[in-house]
Amino acid sequence: MKVTIDNITLEVEPGTTIMQAARMIGPEVAPPAMCYYEPLKGSGGKCRACLVKVTAGSEKDPRPMPKLVPACITAVQDGMIVENTVNEDVLETRKGIVEFLLLNHPLDCPVCDQAGECHLQDFSFEHGVSSTRTVEERNTFEPTDLGPNIQLNMNRCILCYRCVYTVDQITDGRVHGVMHRGDHAEISTYIEKAIDNDFSGNVIDVCPVGALTDKTYRFKSRVWFSKPVDAHCECEKCSGKATIWYKGDEVIRVTGRKNMWGEVTDFICNGCRFDKKKTSDWVIEGPTNVSRHSVISANKYGANLIKPAFPVLQAARDYKQINDDRDRSFLGIQPALPKSKKK
Amino acid sequence: MKILTEHIDVPNIDSIDVFMKHGGYSAVTKAIKKMTPDEVTEEVKKSGLRGRGGAGFPVGMKWSFLAKPEGVPRYLVCNADESEPGTFKDHYLMWKSPHTLIEGMIVSSYALGANTSYIYVRGELMYVINILEKAIQEAYDKGLLGKNILGSGYDLDLFVQPGGGAYICGEETALLESLEGKRGNPRNKPPFPAVKGLWQCPTVVNNVESIAATSWIVNNGGDAYAAIGVGRSTGTKLISASGHIKKPGVYEIPLGITVEDFIYSDEWCGGIRDGHKLKAVVAGGSSVPILPAELILTTAAGEKRLMTYESLSDGGFVSGTMLGSGGFVVMDETACIVHNTLTFAKFYHHESCGQCSPCREGTGWMDKVLHRIEHGQGRKEDIDLLVDVAKKIEGNTICPLGDAASWPVAAAIRHFRDEFEWHIEHPELATKPGAVFMRKGASWTK
Repeated sequence: MKVTIDNITLEVEPGTTIMQAARMIGPEVAPPAMCYYEPLKGSGGKCRACLVKVTAGSEKDPRPMPKLVPACITAVQDGMIVENTVNEDVLETRKGIVEFLLLNHPLDCPVCDQAGECHLQDFSFEHGVSSTRTVEERNTFEPTDLGPNIQLNMNRCILCYRCVYTVDQITDGRVHGVMHRGDHAEISTYIEKAIDNDFSGNVIDVCPVGALTDKTYRFKSRVWFSKPVDAHCECEKCSGKATIWYKGDEVIRVTGRKNMWGEVTDFICNGCRFDKKKTSDWVIEGPTNVSRHSVISANKYGANLIKPAFPVLQAARDYKQINDDRDRSFLGIQPALPKSKKK
Repeated sequence: MKILTEHIDVPNIDSIDVFMKHGGYSAVTKAIKKMTPDEVTEEVKKSGLRGRGGAGFPVGMKWSFLAKPEGVPRYLVCNADESEPGTFKDHYLMWKSPHTLIEGMIVSSYALGANTSYIYVRGELMYVINILEKAIQEAYDKGLLGKNILGSGYDLDLFVQPGGGAYICGEETALLESLEGKRGNPRNKPPFPAVKGLWQCPTVVNNVESIAATSWIVNNGGDAYAAIGVGRSTGTKLISASGHIKKPGVYEIPLGITVEDFIYSDEWCGGIRDGHKLKAVVAGGSSVPILPAELILTTAAGEKRLMTYESLSDGGFVSGTMLGSGGFVVMDETACIVHNTLTFAKFYHHESCGQCSPCREGTGWMDKVLHRIEHGQGRKEDIDLLVDVAKKIEGNTICPLGDAASWPVAAAIRHFRDEFEWHIEHPELATKPGAVFMRKGASWTK
């Protein structure tokens, strides 16, 4: 099947979704995903961050689709033409989605453990606007503990339902779900019971924001001060393949291995995650290849691989409003404002 | 011309004997004994009957989309979760004449080949549920339900399922989730219920009024039904009229009468209450755009507006509205549009399921901003903010609740922007009890 995404045409298998096809091309074209998580069946379609424009439905029926469609759950048709980053409507809608997600999200990134590897940070940085239009009070909740190792901070939750699917699909028994409706909905275990299961820790890994955090790691370090290393161990319960995070010589946390889209492919057990905090517990394979979270790999391993193209452009855009005659040629873009009248 | 409410005032019409004396269940006999399921579907297609729940999708066409794989059960589900503010027609019909619905359910289930059907009733209507349960039991006793109906070999079991009181469960896929015993979150579409519905089997979900109308169509033929009405709006429609009119209530109208007639004639609403003038109308339940007096009586092109799907939506959302579910709310000049919009926004904020982000966050945001404006703390930029938020919700959500929440806000600002501005510029006047903005030169200004 042929599909064209942002003017790039590729061949895919029938049944592929637009998101999967776009990810085959690369991260420049792939729509952002806040709720979609490929290893979890049934996830997706909720956050609406991946809405794209289909300008031609298929070869047979080349009419455009009337609404924007969620890329993560829409299967491609032969001859489909999709516009993601090249469509103004899509980008405008995405700004709106960022705004909606941040509406009740606390701006506590400076004290949030997820900062630096937070999907919402990345999403709002790449697709949002720098100012806010809301003056309303945010909805607030009290933090609760889900068992001895996991803390739930509902204020930060964006209701992506990933943890609900995780608990449903990789653990026995349905103990964890969403209560109430609308913007007062909350993630909860049944009457604040602990999630008592060997794989419950995976909800921390799938959480795109800092709503579910590891209590053995809380406030120990910022992620960009720690070094991720791939390692494995002998484990009866899980594959034992994990990423361990060093601060100095100390293992400060253990997570599942994530691919370039931030998705865990091998879920690990609680024993590996919470108890094996010594280097001797693990066989080291080598440094983790971090491609997604710029800030983690920045200034490590001898090279800064990230080109800050977007921030420079944004700085230039805001900078040009200051009407002065300083030399801006180093920014690489021409000032759009007329020259000062004084000259 | 009355079809659904013809015998509704007969005493004890809710008992099966009285109902049958007035010709009840003749459609069941006719359909099951003399017609094949396809012939029933064909008649319904011919009748041009359109879904009465709000969207107005042709019922016959919806039925023909039903997938019919071998060995997989099919279901008919009646959507009686009527919760739209301003709409109370299904409630009235089920309460007064439950057998009208049950007769339609049998005929429709037969046409679709469903052996198990459900009526999903709004949980608040507990006494209606009891009435329906009693009526179903009577039908079982007469052999109209159960195994081998009227000796034809066709089996049908009919169940009533009370909802838990969520507006969102009126959305068909959320209704199916709820019926399966899960949290009532709408599903992503496709697949549509006609392919994968209840328990992943092909399912048709229809409104009470649509299903009830099918028995008359079987009795009298699709052509006779199509002869009533104008153009593609055929048959009769129950309208729930409320607000500042002399005679609020449920009226069965033939589609095609003028809106002016409906509001002012003594047969229907009887006009605006004494000493007052028409200001605005919400024509089809809280989710459709509100229209000011001059646009509801005549279209932008100057033609008289009719009570039909097409005429009410003439002019799109710039100068038109929708027939929707027929919740006709009339407001006179004492009604404050800002307050009314706030009430609607509050409702959608409360009823959003919280699954997808634009609706979950957007409805709450609109509610909070409108609350500020109403209470004298509005800012100038709030009006454009509301328009922009409504625009960003509309069309970007999983189910139509997002659209339903954004349309009334966008339309109120479109047609009554001066009223919002007055609230923001003169908070000391606007927050006085009973204070209403009077537009200079408007037909409703005294």
